Amino acid sequence: MNTTTKKIVASFAATALIAGNALAAKDIELTIVSWGGAYTDSQQNAYHAPYMKANPHVSIINDDSSNEAVPKLRAQNEAGNINWDLVDMVPADAIRACDEGIVIEIDFDKVLAPAPDGTSPTQDFGASLVSPCFIPQIVYSTTFGYRSDVAEWGGKKPTSIKDVFDTKNFPGKRSLEKRPVNNMEWALIADGVSPDQVYDALSTPEGVDRAFAKLDTIKDDIIWWSSGADTPDRLAKKEVVMGSTYNGRLFALIEEQKQPVEMMWDWQIFELDGWVIPAGLPKDRLQAVLDYLYYATDTQRLADQSKYISYGPARQSSAPLVGKHATLDIDMAPHMPTDPNNAKNTLYNNIEWWADNRDELDQRFQAWLDQ
Amino acid sequence: MTDVVNDTTLKTRFSRTERRKRVRALLLVLPLFLFICVTFLAPVAEMLFRSTDNTAVHNALTNTHKALSSWDENSGELPPQAAYLAIIADVKAGAKKKMFTRVGRRLNYQISGVSSMFRKTARQARRLPDDIADPQTALIKIHKKWGDVNIWRGIKYFTTPYTSSYYLDATDFGYVLENGDYARKVESQRVYLNLFWRTIIMSVAITLLTLLMAYPTAFLISSISSQSANLLLIMVLLPFWTSLLVRTTSWIVLLYQEGVINDLLVSLGLVSDDGRLELIHNTTGTIVAMTHILLPFMLLPLYSVMKTINPAYMRAARSMGAGAFTAFRRVYFPQTVPGIGAGAILVFILAIGYYITPELVGGVEGTFISNRIAYHVRSSGNWGLASALGFILLILVLLMYWCYDKIVGIDNMKLG
Repeated sequence: MNTTTKKIVASFAATALIAGNALAAKDIELTIVSWGGAYTDSQQNAYHAPYMKANPHVSIINDDSSNEAVPKLRAQNEAGNINWDLVDMVPADAIRACDEGIVIEIDFDKVLAPAPDGTSPTQDFGASLVSPCFIPQIVYSTTFGYRSDVAEWGGKKPTSIKDVFDTKNFPGKRSLEKRPVNNMEWALIADGVSPDQVYDALSTPEGVDRAFAKLDTIKDDIIWWSSGADTPDRLAKKEVVMGSTYNGRLFALIEEQKQPVEMMWDWQIFELDGWVIPAGLPKDRLQAVLDYLYYATDTQRLADQSKYISYGPARQSSAPLVGKHATLDIDMAPHMPTDPNNAKNTLYNNIEWWADNRDELDQRFQAWLDQ
Repeated sequence: MTDVVNDTTLKTRFSRTERRKRVRALLLVLPLFLFICVTFLAPVAEMLFRSTDNTAVHNALTNTHKALSSWDENSGELPPQAAYLAIIADVKAGAKKKMFTRVGRRLNYQISGVSSMFRKTARQARRLPDDIADPQTALIKIHKKWGDVNIWRGIKYFTTPYTSSYYLDATDFGYVLENGDYARKVESQRVYLNLFWRTIIMSVAITLLTLLMAYPTAFLISSISSQSANLLLIMVLLPFWTSLLVRTTSWIVLLYQEGVINDLLVSLGLVSDDGRLELIHNTTGTIVAMTHILLPFMLLPLYSVMKTINPAYMRAARSMGAGAFTAFRRVYFPQTVPGIGAGAILVFILAIGYYITPELVGGVEGTFISNRIAYHVRSSGNWGLASALGFILLILVLLMYWCYDKIVGIDNMKLG
């Protein structure tokens, strides 16, 4: 053997060795399900990308099926073939999935990272832990945006939830979500029910009738939406003059697309959004998910997400770390639903109450729509 | 003697070849037959099963059922202590698999508030000892509804292995907790029968509209030179080759209040600026968009039937002294009926199950029953009700088909 041949053989051997080692450190693919669009982008930037950089053997695949996560999880569970590793859900869905046993319960203090000052996760997340299966990420709100250039309003601007129901001073179409949740609460508050009594009132037949009667007054001016993109789209096309949607969508419309639209934060309704882990994952995949989850829900990561989208982190310890937008060079704090200037009048969506009454009210709502 | 032998061998040989032919024919059909079984018949059977099946919740409460079998639900008395003990046993048996909370979820479809009651009970009853002395008091302390006879009656009623409740829900009957039975809902709270009715009316309207538009067009295409006919056919088929979503979305751009059509009407002075027409998010939107989308399904069968009609018949009729209209009515039109039949049944059956277009442009009053079925599959999770609605829709289509067969005759249908 001459030296060249020796070199070649040696390099081959080395390559083989390296390849062997790479195979030994098992490659893992995590399929993470979320809402798509700007929201998945914010998770990609704040969680997935840095995690994959730190763990080169893990690759994360995004699936945008959160809209239909519960029925799809149910189907996967029945077929005994779980091909999702982690799913992003709103609490109402998480509670339902938890009831059905298609997602697993989590011991928060064992699975999640403590705050930098040592506060336990249970305390740091506090009241946002609404279900034993649900790990919160963000607080978002459903609130109203309106066009600031409506000629018929004569320079007036809607400032209170009452103005949504006032078609005399604020004529024009409104965009509301095609479901009773939130609309019933707003109707009662606009009708003079004290906000802390809203769910008590809705628990009585008279209260439900009252809410529908109030919605009746603007029924002909409502265009219903079912996807978060509808209201911003309709505001931009002048199809509606005001409408409800998730506050992050309005932020994008106002700050990124520079549309003549403004926020009306009055009686914004807070909701959470977070992770659930499907039941029935094999051990190694579950381990990989838990490792990712420990990282992606720590204090810094949740604060990082707010650089990309105007939703408030669910951990109390993340709040002081919220900074500027990643590309726009504006402070994110004033755009957060939880900012004191925006949060003068706020309502928490009573998840437990809706879990009990959603079936019946959906039916009532549908019948009311059809009349 | 030999003749007879020969005769039988000939017979057997003959029947053997016949059998072989039959087997070959069967084998040729087999792939399609299996495909239809797997992709169509099996899911339909599954759907029918799901719309009455209640075994999951029944099995989650095996102990409770045994204890309740001797309890008279209309006595006004609470069930015996044994039933309360059985509830605790069922909670413990189902805790691992979360079966107990699933029962609450199921009951909540008809009795509001049971969902959280079962969730709370599942959380807390796990800690109670198996041989607790007074389970009744303990459970009522966990949730006061365990002291409500009506709730117990509901539990007994809705956890039988098979249930007709989904069909009752799907036909606008509601469970009345106070007397433990179903009753017709009040007028203002009925949903489904109106929706079925509206779905049929709109599908018929769409079928008639497509016929009205496709008939003259098909006539034109079938009677001009093949070169121009090809051009026109391509114009008909071009939208047919465009994605359904693209076509539906372009209708939104055309029809909405600040959209192309309204702008045009305003600039022509036909409508005032604040009197813009509402052409979308209502019945109009659905009918316009769906008529456009389903038009080719009417036009193509009509065209292929008209293509085969010999023009000499019309000329003969005219030469015998019939006027243009009479000749059309008595000679041409009857020959196109098979094409009308084929187109109408295609469009109607496609329309009655349409989902995506009404969802996008139908607003509230322009939605179909299929949108409600999708809602129960995707959002509310009430698959039993979704299956019941789906099965009723299937029965309706079969009924329509039967009527159609009686009126038009299915054998007269021609696709060309």
